[in-house]
Amino acid sequence: MDDLYRDYILEHYKRPRNFGELEPHDLEAHDHNPLCGDEMGVHVRVEDGKITDLRFHGQGCAISQASASIASEEYIGMPLGEVADLDGEWLIDLLGIPISATRRKCALLNLKVLRGAITGDASWPPATD
Amino acid sequence: MATQASPVLDVRADFPILSREIDGKRIVYLDSAASAQKPEAVLDAMDRFYRTSYSNVHRGVYTLAQEATELFEGARARIAAFVGGEAQTTIFTRNGTEALNLVARAWGKDNVGRGDAVLVTEMEHHSNLVPWQMLCHDVGAQLRYLEVDDDGRISLDQLDDELARGDVKVVAFVHVSNVLGTINPVAEIAARARAAGALSVVDGCQGVPQLPVDIPLLGADFYAWTGHKALGPTGVGVLHGRAEILTEMGPWLGGGHMISRVDRDSSEWTELPWKFEAGTDVIAEAIGLGAAVDYLDALGMERLRAHERELTARALDGLRAIDGVTVVGPPGVEDRGGVISFAIDGMHPHDVADLLNRDNVCVRAGHHCAQVLMRKLGVAATSRASFGPYNVAEDVDALLDSVARAREVFRV
Repeated sequence: MDDLYRDYILEHYKRPRNFGELEPHDLEAHDHNPLCGDEMGVHVRVEDGKITDLRFHGQGCAISQASASIASEEYIGMPLGEVADLDGEWLIDLLGIPISATRRKCALLNLKVLRGAITGDASWPPATD
Repeated sequence: MATQASPVLDVRADFPILSREIDGKRIVYLDSAASAQKPEAVLDAMDRFYRTSYSNVHRGVYTLAQEATELFEGARARIAAFVGGEAQTTIFTRNGTEALNLVARAWGKDNVGRGDAVLVTEMEHHSNLVPWQMLCHDVGAQLRYLEVDDDGRISLDQLDDELARGDVKVVAFVHVSNVLGTINPVAEIAARARAAGALSVVDGCQGVPQLPVDIPLLGADFYAWTGHKALGPTGVGVLHGRAEILTEMGPWLGGGHMISRVDRDSSEWTELPWKFEAGTDVIAEAIGLGAAVDYLDALGMERLRAHERELTARALDGLRAIDGVTVVGPPGVEDRGGVISFAIDGMHPHDVADLLNRDNVCVRAGHHCAQVLMRKLGVAATSRASFGPYNVAEDVDALLDSVARAREVFRV
C-alpha cells in the first residue's frame, strides 16, 4: 500500500464527509492555494460558541480534500476558541501520513479556511510553519 | 515514426545535470517549458568569463573591459542573428516578462489611451496579459480577448472582426502556448494587425526554444523571449523591436548607461539598443545565452523541431491510449509544439505530479500562469509534460508508464 495515498485517504478523497454547502450558516470563508490553484470554502453553524455543523466545498488534490474530510468530523462539536488555537501539527498528526514540505499547504488548507472564518485572519499559517 | 525506439537526437551527454541519479534512478526531465536544463557549453562560457575576462562592459579602457565588452556585444549580435534580428534592435532585459512590460509601459503609455483597445488571447501566459491589464487600467483603455476553441486554437475571423471595430491599438499574443502547445499563425496575425494600424507584440518564450524563428519573416513589431527556456541562464530576457518604433519610443527605466548627457533638470538618451538598458547589463547571462544559441544553432532548429514533433506525437498517442486521460490543445502535431497538458479522471494534477516524482519523472502541475485559460478550459489545473532537445523516446515511455502506475495507486 502507498505511504501517502493510503486507503482511508483515497476513501475520504473520493467520498468526502461534510462536503458541500450549508444554508443557513453563521460563519463562512474562502481561500485558495495560489501554487496549485486549489480552492476551498467553508460554511459553519455555531451554537453556544460551538461548531454544530459545517461543510467544506471547493476543489483540490487528494491531500487537501481528504484532510478537510477527516478534520471536519473533529471540528463538529468543538468550541470556536479551541479551533482557532489548533496548529498544523495537530492536523498532520490527525492525517497520519508523511506530509512533505511541498504538500503541507495542501494538508493545512482546511484549517486555514476555518480559522479564517472564525478569526477573520487569513494570514495563518505563517510562512515558516 | 512515433513507435520507433531510436531517437533522431540524443544529446543527453551534453547536459551535466542529466547524469545525476535520485534514489538510484535517472532523472526524466519533462519540464522544459518551465525552464530548460543547461548544456556544458553554457556553463563553460559563463564560468570562463567570470574566471578570465570579467569586468563591467562599455567605457572601460583596460584590457579586461574591452574583452568583456566584446564578449557581451558579440553575444548580442549572435543572439540577434539566431532569430533573424539585428544587434541594434535587440534589447536585453531581466526575463521575458520584463521585455513585455517594457513594451506595455514605454510604448503603451504614449500610444494607448481612453477609447482604445488592447487585444490579447485567452491562452496568454500572465506575462503577456497582466502588463496589458495594468496599462488598460492606467489609461482607461479596454482589454478584449480572442477566444480559444475546443481544439486550443484562436480564430482569424474573430481577429478580423475585432480589428474591424477600429479601436485596437495592440494585438498581444503568444507564439507557442505554454499550456496547449498551440503554435499560433504569427505572420498572419501580425500582417492583419499591421493592416489595421495595430501593433503586434509576440510572446516568444516557448517559440524560440522549439521552432526556427525568423522575426522579419514573421513580421511582428515586437518579439520577446527569455534565455532560461532556451538553454541559457536565468536572469536574461530579449526584446526585438522594429527600429523605427524603438527610435520613436521614449525609454522605460532611467539610470546609467541609457543616457548620452545628463543635466540638472533633464537628460538625453543614448542610441539603440542601450536606450532601453538602464544600469549595469546582464553581462554573464547574455554571454551564457550567446553560448546557448550557438549550441542550438549547431544542433539545427529544423532538426530540433522534427525531434520534438516525434516525441510529442509519441506522447500524444501514448497518453490518449490510457483510459481516463484527456489531452488539451490541438489534436495533431502540425500546429503544436512540445508541450502536452493533460488531465486524468479522478485525479488532481498535484497528486499526479507527486506520484510521477517517485519515478523521477519531472512534470508540472498547476495553472501554468494561465488562469484565464484554465477557467476557459473549466479546470483549476492540469499536469503538463514538455520537451527539450535532451529528451529521448525513452523519456516519453517513462512518462506513460508512470501515468499508468499513478492511476493504479488511485484505483481509477
